[in-house]
Amino acid sequence: MQRRQFLGLLGATAATAVLGKAAQAGPKHFTGYPDSFGVLFDATRCIGCRRCEAGCNRVNHLPAPPRPFDDLSVLDTRRRTDARTFTVVNRYPTARGPVYRKNQCQHCLEPACASSCFVAAYAKTPQGAVIWDEKVCVGCRYCMIACPFDIPTFEYANPWSPKIMKCHLCHPHLTAGKLRVPGCVGACPTEALVYGRRADLIREARQRFHLFPGRYLDHIYGEHEMGGTNWLYISGVPFSQIGLREDLGVTPAPEFTSGALAAVPIIAAAWPALLLGIYAISQAKDKAARQEKREALTEALARAQAKCEAELAKVKAKAEADKKAAIEREVKKALEEAAKAQAAKEEGE
Amino acid sequence: MSGEHAPSTPVAADKASLLTPFNIVTGLIVFVGLILTLLRFTKGLAGVTNLSDNNPWGIWISFDLLCGVALAAGGYTTSAACYVFGLKRYHSAVRPAILTAFLGYALVVFALHYDVGRPWRLPYPIFYSPGPTSVLFEVGLCVFLYLNVLFLEWTPSALEWLGLKKWRNVMVKMTLALTIFGVVLSTMHQSSLGALFLIAPSKLHPLWYSSYLPVFFFISSIAAGLSMVIFEGTLSHRYLHDKMDEHYLSAHDQVHLGFGRGAAVVLVIYFFLKLVGLALDNTWHYLLTGYGAMYSLELLGFVALPALLYAVGVREKNLKIIRWAAVLTVLGIVLNRFNVSWFAFNWQLPAAERYFPSWMEVAVSIYIVTVGLLLFRFIATRMPIFHEHPDFKEAEPEEEPHAHETRPHPQSFGH
Amino acid sequence: MEFFTYHDFTMYTKGAAYVLMAVTLLGILGFWLFLTERDEDKLIK
Repeated sequence: MQRRQFLGLLGATAATAVLGKAAQAGPKHFTGYPDSFGVLFDATRCIGCRRCEAGCNRVNHLPAPPRPFDDLSVLDTRRRTDARTFTVVNRYPTARGPVYRKNQCQHCLEPACASSCFVAAYAKTPQGAVIWDEKVCVGCRYCMIACPFDIPTFEYANPWSPKIMKCHLCHPHLTAGKLRVPGCVGACPTEALVYGRRADLIREARQRFHLFPGRYLDHIYGEHEMGGTNWLYISGVPFSQIGLREDLGVTPAPEFTSGALAAVPIIAAAWPALLLGIYAISQAKDKAARQEKREALTEALARAQAKCEAELAKVKAKAEADKKAAIEREVKKALEEAAKAQAAKEEGE
Repeated sequence: MSGEHAPSTPVAADKASLLTPFNIVTGLIVFVGLILTLLRFTKGLAGVTNLSDNNPWGIWISFDLLCGVALAAGGYTTSAACYVFGLKRYHSAVRPAILTAFLGYALVVFALHYDVGRPWRLPYPIFYSPGPTSVLFEVGLCVFLYLNVLFLEWTPSALEWLGLKKWRNVMVKMTLALTIFGVVLSTMHQSSLGALFLIAPSKLHPLWYSSYLPVFFFISSIAAGLSMVIFEGTLSHRYLHDKMDEHYLSAHDQVHLGFGRGAAVVLVIYFFLKLVGLALDNTWHYLLTGYGAMYSLELLGFVALPALLYAVGVREKNLKIIRWAAVLTVLGIVLNRFNVSWFAFNWQLPAAERYFPSWMEVAVSIYIVTVGLLLFRFIATRMPIFHEHPDFKEAEPEEEPHAHETRPHPQSFGH
Repeated sequence: MEFFTYHDFTMYTKGAAYVLMAVTLLGILGFWLFLTERDEDKLIK
């Protein structure tokens, strides 16, 4: 899929849903583009002449190297691809004598670089090449972290428009009709490189195993490594001895991260509800505590008031009683005085 | 510290003491930083860094991005504790934590401008050409959104400072929604920073590579956030004491005790999950190698030990122990992020091809931290961060009458 | 629609997941407001 298509494809999802046609089954096994092309490298045929390096340099108009391509002394040191070199040949001392191996982008069926790119600058073409688009690249270099073969390189010395540089299997030249085979393949004098349909190349490799018993190990490197690559290797010595890692496994790179990415929507959906729930509980608790406090307060207040009223009533009653008693006393006193006066009057008479 | 002998206006204070040792050192760092900035954008990354095709990510990612984001986790942990979990007694810690987080994330994004090849394209993944299969897309999207959330969470301080009452009240109403959104986004991108390395099982040492990486990064970020609040609170207490009000100071010790308790629990959970990670991949035997020693140092010295120290400190109510535990935890997070992205990354390469930063890379990182420090000081000495604005008290109503009478520096509120 | 690589498949499905995530966040907020509309004391007003 090309970059920036996914939003457009979302519309298609809706359409598919309406039409009732299932877009994809869940646990599907992907086998890559059926007619994609690749290159078969035969380590038993490579003589380390570096013509492939020269061919690549020429068709891609890369800057001239510090030492010319016919200087084979560069093979004394181990080299890797860099921003001016899409492909290198290295010499490896083995039990069978020196063995040469060409290195470049393996053009994975499920490219780690493409999976890791956050602007979708990479694309896997139906023809097999993994290509990179300068127009959107931010230069974050996560693709270089992700690539298990350490292939993408970066123009570190370019301050304003550094590019990711890597082999593109001559995709632009082939589609423009400028080349019929990639530059390196066309330059190889020993047919150590063969360009063709990936399926045909695998058949061809097996045929060589069959035709030359003892010459090869029974393994096509790249048939399954990292989910398979369009560049394939066969060799007479173990691949780990010619700089190819045999501990990469067969899991395609996108599968390493798809599980973690699938967990992300769970957070988006569950966290707000969970957090709102916790918030509601803490609020309810606060509210209950406040309510309790308020109730206790009113109760205490009511009790105090009742007590106060009772006291008041008592005082009032006492005052009333006192008043009554005083009146009674006064009345009694008055009556007594009146009686006394009466008596005195009667006595006086 | 120019704020120490604050006359009537802070501006005058800065002028009076322009040549303090602090100003000279920070001035020098900023000067060197600006020169290196020039170098970076004229000579390219090659002119400043030791980055190579084998080692595309250096200390600007290991420290500035991974540590920066982890150590800015205090923002979401504190605001969640206060506003979601209803632990109101932590209220005074929220504003310093939010400010730190906001500046932290802003500086992470600032630092990325140095690291990526074409910084002006940083909005591309979100607005122009999204690559949703990438973990980095997830990180970028969440960091972008969270930076906005943090900005909005910080605006009340600025609006109170500017006296824009109406807008400030609008923003305060959004507190809960912003807090929840912040926690969601933080969970996503803190964990995704760990998930970044899931795609390279062949390059990261098996002791650190685990399908639990995102979980490890998320849980350790909580411990980092809580510890950073304690660590920073201690520093601010020492250097910005005169900007703190009664409310902040009285809650200060309580906050550290509570956060210490939280961090202890989180670290213990983290410790056991790390062991489960070893068990699931059956990588125990690597513990006896050199990398195993490093792993054991990280796990025992910087996870188990601070967990224990926190627990002792909380039991004894000893703030000194708690502060030491916080320092250890923060160092442990830095060590962990360095291990995953640097020391144990590309472990399959021969020693000569491994990465070591140039002095200029380190200087740029120091420069960025210094800029953060200066911004923090600038804002904290002017805006209501460590004290409440007298017009906008949020303390419990029953405390209010007393708080009003004892506010420390009424003259510094007018600006 | 047919996909030949897992990468293209995930490019499509993860894109859909992100869009749905945004819809989910807004949807949950809306649903919450609907749910609590007649509550006397609302958490989010």
